[in-house]
Amino acid sequence: MPIWILRDFSKCSSCKLCEIACSLKHEGVVWPEASRIRIYELIPGLPVISTCVQCDDYPCVSSCPFQALSTGEHGQVLVDENKCTLCGTCVYACPGKIPRIVRGKLGVIICDLCNGEPECVKICGEMGYHALQLVNKPDGEIVKNYLVSPEDASLKLLAKAIGEE
Amino acid sequence: MKGVWGRLLEVDLTAGTSRSIEIPEKVYRMFLGGRGLATYLLAREFREKWRFLDPLSPDNPLLLLTGPLTGYYPGVKLSVSGKSPQSNSIIGSVVSSEVAIELKASGFDGLVLKGSCEKPCYVFVENGNVEIRDASSIWGLGGLKLIKQFNSLLKEDVKADPKTPFVYIGPAGENKVRTAAVMAKLAHAAGYGGYGAVMGAKRVKAVAVKGYGSLPPVDDPESLNTLFRSALGNIKERMKRFRQWGTTEGTWHTGYYLSSMPVKNWSEEWHDVKDFSHVGFELETWVKNPWADWGCPVACMKLSIAKWKGEVFITDNPDYEMAAYLGSNLGVFTPKGAVVLSSLADELGLCGIQTGNVMGFAVELYEKGILTRDEVGYELKWGDVECLARLMKDIAYRRGIGEVLAEGTFRAARLLSEKKGVDLTKYAIQVKGIAVGAHGVRSGKDYPQPISYALSVQGGDHTSVAGFPVNSTESEAWYSILDSGVVCMFTVLDDSSLLEYLNKVTGWGLDPGEFYDIGRRIITLQRILLLIGGPDAEWSARDDDNPPRFYEPLPTGPYKGSALKREEVDELKKKYYAEMGWDEKGIPSEETLKRVGLEEFTPMLNMLY
Repeated sequence: MPIWILRDFSKCSSCKLCEIACSLKHEGVVWPEASRIRIYELIPGLPVISTCVQCDDYPCVSSCPFQALSTGEHGQVLVDENKCTLCGTCVYACPGKIPRIVRGKLGVIICDLCNGEPECVKICGEMGYHALQLVNKPDGEIVKNYLVSPEDASLKLLAKAIGEE
Repeated sequence: MKGVWGRLLEVDLTAGTSRSIEIPEKVYRMFLGGRGLATYLLAREFREKWRFLDPLSPDNPLLLLTGPLTGYYPGVKLSVSGKSPQSNSIIGSVVSSEVAIELKASGFDGLVLKGSCEKPCYVFVENGNVEIRDASSIWGLGGLKLIKQFNSLLKEDVKADPKTPFVYIGPAGENKVRTAAVMAKLAHAAGYGGYGAVMGAKRVKAVAVKGYGSLPPVDDPESLNTLFRSALGNIKERMKRFRQWGTTEGTWHTGYYLSSMPVKNWSEEWHDVKDFSHVGFELETWVKNPWADWGCPVACMKLSIAKWKGEVFITDNPDYEMAAYLGSNLGVFTPKGAVVLSSLADELGLCGIQTGNVMGFAVELYEKGILTRDEVGYELKWGDVECLARLMKDIAYRRGIGEVLAEGTFRAARLLSEKKGVDLTKYAIQVKGIAVGAHGVRSGKDYPQPISYALSVQGGDHTSVAGFPVNSTESEAWYSILDSGVVCMFTVLDDSSLLEYLNKVTGWGLDPGEFYDIGRRIITLQRILLLIGGPDAEWSARDDDNPPRFYEPLPTGPYKGSALKREEVDELKKKYYAEMGWDEKGIPSEETLKRVGLEEFTPMLNMLY
């Protein structure tokens, strides 16, 4: 049963504890750049949550010339560090440029849903923010609409907050 | 070394060069980081020359420092310091900014800016590589305009990652206004100290930092992880009301119940305007709750918006200090009015406390006929947002009466007293150059003690108050540890858990005595620099006192008639000197310096006798 991280920008406090929890879980250290989930706070107080949406057609997986990417039982994208050459093809294939190449990592990094129990969702809930929640994966390609550019989304959120026409 | 890298990045703006400076572990162990490290570095660099160092000259370094707890303890603060243009000593100002995290992710514990640029510039630090770039296109801007334009500039000019945080100054800093703050994230300010003016004097508009690495390793990662999660839970549980209301709850709690809120330049400390409470703000101006900074389980901020005269004003809550200083202290008792003035202070890059204080001083002088319409150019009235906004802009741009008020309350009172030939210090609610925070001491119900401000090495700073017992969370030793850690006072639970945390990060195995000694050491060295002072103002034991107004009885409210008692303050002052190991003139003794390991600074004492 594929699962999915539901994001709610309006509940996000931009505390970035999800980034901290993600890097602690995957890297064992606090390493914000190595977080699979990213909070863009271009306009202070109006954060944009950015992470893999597990596209229905997984363009990243099919784009990889080295078959380093695959999908897991929860609908997550898995990266085989042994096969990945950090060529960046998947980054360009992704409609949201979500996969990231981080200095010091042997493979591209993409959210792997912590094998079904995402730490980011856990900590966001523990903190009572609930900006991230775990749900069954919605069908179809609409999930891609969440791959917004942080710049554009920030401006939309600002216009909404101010009540601009 | 654990928890820190042992390196600072020093940028020479005049020469356009940068270098890495090694800091031995012993120094961190003695001073932690932030405020403490800045005090040590500056004392070591300037020694007896401190008195001649003009805070607004290129010779005054601006330090942006982190500490061993940065990035590990929930929440984030960046320490901003140097020689303060307000107190002529060191103020460990802090601001919530991800710049602190990015510095550590770059392999450095801090950034030291020396010299000055010829033209407006911004400093971009990426993984430790420094670029000094032209900032003429953003010079003059503040607030949301600055943030949007600087984001674009960073993208175009240096191809910065969109997740590149920065600190900046507004027009007030550019104009070297002594109440100017170093700003971050629209509504955050390192306000106390006037470091916006220091940055402006260097012609640095902004400092943006991006690091791609991990934070430095810690001594005991496994148990630190466990500790981190439990601390988060405990803090969140304890701070539920903060999550909902932030410090804005103080507009009612401190104002109505505790009767310790500045009203009309502290002529009163009580109000009963129910609409001017956290509930009023919540109903009228908050559009988003919660808002937090990096690693914070509290989220004391709320995004607040008000429309006024066809313009949109955005700020956080405003928090209690802003609501008090730009609200009640100016006779403004509407949430909208406080949001407008708070947002304007953000945009101009002014410290709302220092500026609200000097504005209150000015309005009172106007009311008493000491300042005239001819001198101001328009009428000043309590509660009139329009004239107050105009006055604030005049201060930021040093126009008309703003030229004098931009010098801050202490200097403005001195200048105007000379000009008018009367003593106006009784209307100046400040201690040793620093306007008093929005927590009165007359009712005795709020947290400050009668000597809180009088004996603080940071004067009127309400986030660094002196108190008894001297080795406890009631004392300045504690506050100096927070500012050196560097941690936020709203995420800290108590001293023992913070000490445990520090030991897990650093592996130093400090005991409670050694822990508080760090604070005592920092305060002692700050005290020496404070007493040396200069070049335009110096302090002595005589200045270890409250503003004269605090000895006048409260005129209204449930604690009507309460005031500080001179004899009691004098008694406590003596006791404090003794417990701190300072002599009857308040000068730290040679033995005290020896006890806390500051022998190398003993020669500086000769300047004080």
